[in-house]
Amino acid sequence: MSAPRQTETPGFRAITGAVAWRSIHNFFGNPALLVPALIFPLFFFASFAGGLAAIGEVPGFEFSSGYTAFQFVFVLLQSAAFGGVFTGFGIARDFETGFARRYLLAAANRNGIIAGYGVAALVRAFFTWTVLTVIALVAGMQIGGEGIELVGLYGLAILVNIAATLWAAGVAMRVRSIQGGPLMQMPVFLILFVAPVYVPLDLLSGWIHAVASVNPVTALLEAGRGLISGDPTLIALAFAIAIALGFVFAWWSRGGLRSAEAAG
Amino acid sequence: MSDGLRAQVGQLARRSVLRTLRQPAQFVPALIFPLFLLAVNSGGLKDATNLPDFPTDSYITFAVAVTFMQGALFSVMNSGTDLARDIETGFLNRLALTPLHGAALLTGLLAGSIVLGVIQGVVYLVVGVAGGVEVAAGVGGAVVLVLLSVAVTTAFGTIGMFAALRSGSGEAVQGLFPVFFVFLFLSSSSLPLDLLTTDWFHAVATINPVSYLLEAFRSLLIEGWNAGELALGFGIAAAIFAIGMTAAARSLKTRLVRT
Repeated sequence: MSAPRQTETPGFRAITGAVAWRSIHNFFGNPALLVPALIFPLFFFASFAGGLAAIGEVPGFEFSSGYTAFQFVFVLLQSAAFGGVFTGFGIARDFETGFARRYLLAAANRNGIIAGYGVAALVRAFFTWTVLTVIALVAGMQIGGEGIELVGLYGLAILVNIAATLWAAGVAMRVRSIQGGPLMQMPVFLILFVAPVYVPLDLLSGWIHAVASVNPVTALLEAGRGLISGDPTLIALAFAIAIALGFVFAWWSRGGLRSAEAAG
Repeated sequence: MSDGLRAQVGQLARRSVLRTLRQPAQFVPALIFPLFLLAVNSGGLKDATNLPDFPTDSYITFAVAVTFMQGALFSVMNSGTDLARDIETGFLNRLALTPLHGAALLTGLLAGSIVLGVIQGVVYLVVGVAGGVEVAAGVGGAVVLVLLSVAVTTAFGTIGMFAALRSGSGEAVQGLFPVFFVFLFLSSSSLPLDLLTTDWFHAVATINPVSYLLEAFRSLLIEGWNAGELALGFGIAAAIFAIGMTAAARSLKTRLVRT
């Protein structure tokens, strides 16, 4: 009589890989997911950099790389954040269809589920950023920063993407329905748009200046713009904020996972 | 209009209006979201008024026209989603069994859009004026602003109905929202046509009818009375209405045959 066959429990890396692979496959195989993720940043870039180009001539507006690069940084960070939010929509959909419950049953280390979604969000973001960057360069974007500074810019975008994915995952795992979509999206939308989107902080006035001055996204934007123009500013603060947001939202998403586990 | 047709329109209009008013989730975002963007954009782009030849020194007065247009875009969603729900739940099939006239159905359904247009127009105007918007055309101009808002909202509402009848899906109607936002953004929404310095953007905005709807709103806000701009604005709204209604009526016939 042979001993019963032992089934090996998948570890963190295997779970991460499996969840990421399925999410990436869904993303690239479904035009309804792929097209908006690609079109929205390009559309924002076209309408902001193209439609508002004259803002670069406003007295007091000084940005050596020009208005296209100025807006590129905003759209890059915005697409990083919304890439994370859209991944949250996918998590919510997985819970609605019951697929995520199968993940919970199969995974011994459930942190791997969150990590898998995170990897998928990053792959999606890389794809979007590649297309966005190529189009920006074709449109004549000037880059004043050197290689290391550009690595810093994209590194900042990666941290923003991770933080936004963890935020959205936390909401999705608590609400476990696509109806939680506005809850994932609206805070991100609000915090992004009450930052210096169109002009530098110094040119803002009134309530928007007061809000933007204390908005952490302002430091991310100013650091990103400094990096692309080769005039680094607020780098340590921006990275500290992005990393801190990542840790806070990791804790938040872990709580969401516990909530999903408790719900069964 | 015969008495029977009038009664049919009246019943469906009543239903449409009540349905709109009973669903705050439908009309509250249509009020809040455009006003939030107005607050953000008028703060963030205030310095645009320092550009040479910018038509006013108050950016909020320039930007509030976009708020009216964004409100109209919500009308596409509301009218279309309502009708799509009627199709999905089988309500339209039940109506098809009655001697209901197709024109009564479409006209009645638009009543919700008209009411929403009035509410939006008044709220945007009141909040805008409280925030510093000036209406160069005075009180009469404010009334015409609301009328133009209703005309544009109703015209866009017909496109929502067409999309619903064509697709029969609320999700497909929702998918139209970003498409309409593209039209809004690729127009003179943030700066006047003359100040759009990027060639391709200027070309697209010049042929985009949304630019001329915005100009009609802005003429009342910034210039005063400009018959040409107003005629163009109301004319474009009427043309969108005619095209949308014709397309919706044809789709309705097809859908009723299918059912």
